[in-house]
Order: sequence, then C-alpha cells, then structure tokens
Amino acid sequence: MTTHTAYRLTTRTKAGTITGLVALALIALGFALPAFVSRSTIQDLFFILTMLALAQLWNLLAGYGGLVSVGQQAFVGIGAYAMFAAVILLGWNPVVAILAGGVAALLLAIPTAFFAFRLQGAYFAIGTWVIAEVTRLLVAQWKALGGGTGTSLPREATGNIMGVDLVRALFGVREAAARDILAYWLALVLAVAITGGIYWLLRNRLGLALAALRDNIDAAQSVGVDAVRLKWAVFMLAAAATGLVGGLVFMQTARISPGAAFAVTDWTAYVIFIVVIGGIGTIEGPIVGVIVFFLLRSALADYGSWYLLTLGLIAIAVMLFAPKGLWGLVSARTGLHLFPVRRRLSGPKIQGGT
Amino acid sequence: MILSLDSVSKSFGALKVADGVTFAVEKGEALGIIGPNGAGKSTLFNLITGNLLSSGGRITFEGRDVTRLPAMERVRMGVGRSFQIPQPFEGLTVFENLLTAATFGRGGREADMVEDCARILDETELLRKANAVAGSLSLLDRKRLELARAMATGPELLLLDEIAGGLTEAECTALVATIRGIHAQGTTIIWIEHVLHALTSVVERLLVLDFGRVIGIGAPDEIMASKEVREIYLGLEV
Ligand SMILES: Nc1ncnc2c1ncn2[C@@H]1O[C@H](COP(=O)(O)OP(=O)(O)OP(=O)(O)O)[C@@H](O)[C@H]1O
Ligand SMILES: [Mg+2]
Repeated sequence: MTTHTAYRLTTRTKAGTITGLVALALIALGFALPAFVSRSTIQDLFFILTMLALAQLWNLLAGYGGLVSVGQQAFVGIGAYAMFAAVILLGWNPVVAILAGGVAALLLAIPTAFFAFRLQGAYFAIGTWVIAEVTRLLVAQWKALGGGTGTSLPREATGNIMGVDLVRALFGVREAAARDILAYWLALVLAVAITGGIYWLLRNRLGLALAALRDNIDAAQSVGVDAVRLKWAVFMLAAAATGLVGGLVFMQTARISPGAAFAVTDWTAYVIFIVVIGGIGTIEGPIVGVIVFFLLRSALADYGSWYLLTLGLIAIAVMLFAPKGLWGLVSARTGLHLFPVRRRLSGPKIQGGT
Repeated sequence: MILSLDSVSKSFGALKVADGVTFAVEKGEALGIIGPNGAGKSTLFNLITGNLLSSGGRITFEGRDVTRLPAMERVRMGVGRSFQIPQPFEGLTVFENLLTAATFGRGGREADMVEDCARILDETELLRKANAVAGSLSLLDRKRLELARAMATGPELLLLDEIAGGLTEAECTALVATIRGIHAQGTTIIWIEHVLHALTSVVERLLVLDFGRVIGIGAPDEIMASKEVREIYLGLEV
C-alpha cells in the first residue's frame, strides 16, 4: 500500500499562468488605451466589454447553473432605471448610482427566483421572459422617469460625473469624450471583475458543486450538494451584476426608455448568441464569442434585417456542427485551456501524472 | 442501532412500493436485501437516503428522526449511497467526483480531502485512472466509482444498490473483497444484490422484500430455507 501523503492536488497549468500574465498586461494596456485611440474605438470597446460581462453572467447561469434564462433584460432594465431614479429623484452622482442598479436587480431577482424556480426547463425560460415583460410594462408607468417614452439624464448630472474632470485634465479631451473614457474604464473594471470573479468561483469548491449539479442533480444532492441554495446564489449573483452592467450602459448613453432598457434582442438574444458561438460552459467561450459577434456586427452593419438573419443562421450552424462552440473546437484539437479549472491528482500509480 | 424504519410506506399512484416496512440495523452490521425485480428495493434505498420522501411511517438514523430531511442533509449525517445505474458526474474526472463528494458530504476544504480521496481511490482500484474523465469509464470502473464516491462522503451507513450486477465473476470477486474491507473497518452496510453468493459472503443477515413488504429477515441460511422465500425465488438462482 502506498502512503497517501504523497498525493497533491494541482489546478495550475503553464497555459493558465501565461493567461494570467497576458491578462494582466492586457488590463494595464486597456487602462492606458484612451491615450492612444480614437473616441469611436473607445465606444466600440465599451460595447465589447459590456457585452462580454453580460455573456459571462449568462454563461454562469445557463452553462454552469443550468438556469437557461431568457429574461436577463429584466435585470439590465431595472438596473438602468434604478440608476436613473437615483440620479434624477435622489440627486446621486451617476457613477455611484450604478450601484443602485445592482441593488435593484438583486431585489427584483428574489421574487423572480421564487416564481421561476417552480418551473422546469422551457417553462423556466418562458417564466423569466414573462417577468421581464411585466417589469417593462410596470416601469413604463413610471411618469417621473418619462413613462413609455423614456427620459434623459439631466445636464447637471452628466456634466458633473465623478472623475470626468480628472479624465479631461489627463487626456485634454472634451466633456463628452471624457464621459466615454470614464464609462469605458468602468466597463473594463466590471468585465474583468466579473470574468475573474466567475473564474475564482469555479476554482473554489462551489465550482465542483456547480459542475456536479450540471451533470446530475440527484447524484449531486446525494453527495451533499445543496442544489436549491446553489441555484439561488448563482441567480442572485448574476442578477445583481447584470444590474450593474445595465446601470453602466445607460449612464453612457445618458438616455433611457423601457423599449431600450428591456430589449430582449440586445440583452438576451445577442448575449446567448455570443455564448453559444463562443462555447457554453467555459470562460474562454464568451471571450471568443464577443469578438466574433463584434466583427460580424461591424461587417453586417449596413444590411439591416439580413444582419439578424445571418446571426441566426450562424448560431444554428454552430449548434449543429460545433455544439461546444468555436472555443470547444479549438480546445478539443489542442487540449488547450486558458482558464484551467481541472483538479489534477498527482502522485504514485496515477496514469499520466507522477 | 444506527437505522430503524417504522411502518414506512410509499406509493406511486395505485402502486404500493413500500408497504409498512419495519426493520432496524445495528451499528457495524452488514444487511443484505433481496427480492424480485420491481419489489421496491431501490425505492426503499431512496426513502432511506431522502432521494424520495415516504408517504407514511418514520425513519430514524443515529437516534434522529430523518423522515422529512432532504438527501443532502442525510448524507452529511453519514448516509452514503451508490446508485443501481451508475450516476457519475460525467464531465468531472474520477478524482473530482470523489473530491466533490468529500468536500460536500463531510464539509471541508478541498485541500484537506486529497489524502483521503487518494486512499479511497487506491482501495477501489481507481487510482490509476484518477485523472480520467468519468464519462469515459467502463461499466466496472463506473461501479467502482459509485462505491468510491459513496465512501468519499464519509458514511457511517453505506447503501449499495446492485454494485456487483453485470460484472464478470473475477470482477465481482475483486469488488466483494473491497466491500468486505470497508465493512471490516466498521462501516455499517446495507447491500441490495441479485448475485446471492457475493452477498452472502459479506452480510450477516438477509431481508427479503416482495411487493414492498418485508416477508423475512434473519440469518441467510434460515431465510433461504423458508418456504415463502423459496416460492418467490423458484426458478431463480438459489
Ligand atoms: N419514480 C417512479 N415513478 C413511478 N413508478 C416507479 C418509480 N420508481 C420506481 N417505480 C416502480 O416501483 C416499483 C419498484 O421499483 P424499484 O426500482 O424500487 O424496484 P427494485 O426492487 O429495485 O427492482 P430491480 O431489482 O429491478 O432493481 C417498480 O414497479 C417500478 O416500476
Ligand atoms: Mg433496483
């Protein structure tokens, strides 16, 4: 018999370490970027980063938690409206008001979960969508925030955003451009925090529980995984973070309406597209997906409804021929994992690991 | 007494699958359960583990009434189980399957469970394949994984559901030796099995279930000699 103290658990891989270093360099570059690139590039990057954040969150829900929601626009929308309400009604600074968006989304997530968790499979998805629609209709009644037609952030608020003066001084740009840069930085922080946070979660013991739950809920419960609590936790977390993203997106546009804030295409359909083509159930998937999505969007921008049709066809093709997405193809070919989560056991007598 | 069932019942519609089941298991004992297909053996396990809730009666584990407790709490109290049809976490490796069971079944940090998981993998002859994805395993290895994962939860009471079914003679012998080893270390075992000689080489008592009713419990030779049991098993391997 072997002594078992000789055994070690490792998650670290060379690819993972390299990813970490490259990511740090990219983040540093990301912060410095406004000094070198045009305003429209900053706006594009803002779009990419916010979509990446939403995609990572939807992936956490559906890819890890098995919660296929098509109602995430509820949390984007309520987050955006809460941000506007905090600015317009309470006089908060817009940057701080984004936090109100997260809190509001969290509060909305509680009744949503109570209702939707009673439903299984497709009914769960439909349930989340229904809640999003109901929320949109209710918010459209909110006269102080423009009702059905919406409203804009007041001049005093947009001209007074925390940190804008600093950005203006730093880069010597106009106020509107400075606002974009600030929003971009916040998007960078959010996208990195959300991606990093989910990765941390997966490497934590909760990651094992999520994987177990995804594979087999009966067996998961039979080894002590609290499936109900885990689903609640994931849903709450994703909702709150989605609310923050919603608040940020509409701070940048400075204009809101129920149709835009609760748009199922923008905040759920595109997001699902990104996750599916990139590869569901991986951290890499949404990153690959958002890049592909952005390129397609730029290439097809002039083709109107052909754009949506093409996205749909591509999504179907990927689902049929590469169910694990583009990243799935790459990692199956190469065995590469940029964000490794596997716990490898190393020690005597183990195949392929001494 | 580690486990006792008192008039436990369960129906699926009009079908009674547990009908006033009453018995008790002593700490450190090994009890075998036999009965024809569809007798309600696996259902009885599900009632004991909390995967199903009984519609009547009382289940006590270690002196605590667990009748209404969910599966995840019972496993944390020490009720470990294997599934008749192996239910591995297919996307996880063999080692990760055990690691999940150990950290959640006992409650603890992953790092503190490594040594124990390695020991269990060694005992169940899975160590070599520790880093293989569970979905890629053969039937024998899936059965071993069922046993190993149940062990990793740190059970006081281990429920094994046809763990030897479908294995070759040699594979079966090896698995029986492993189970005997687990029993020798003091774990209480309840084992459902159709392969009688494997079962009787480990258990001290046999319980016979038919149409959800206990129709006999006692020493294996007495049970197999009883007229009622012989009738049920007529034409089956005895
Ligand atoms: N979830 C369920 N819903 C309805 N009927 C069920 C369910 N689970 C089991 N049954 C039925 O209950 C009866 C007992 O099933 P069970 O699996 O407990 O039998 P068993 O003794 O384990 O049989 P086997 O030896 O074939 O494993 C069977 O008739 C089965 O079809
Ligand atoms: Mg059975």
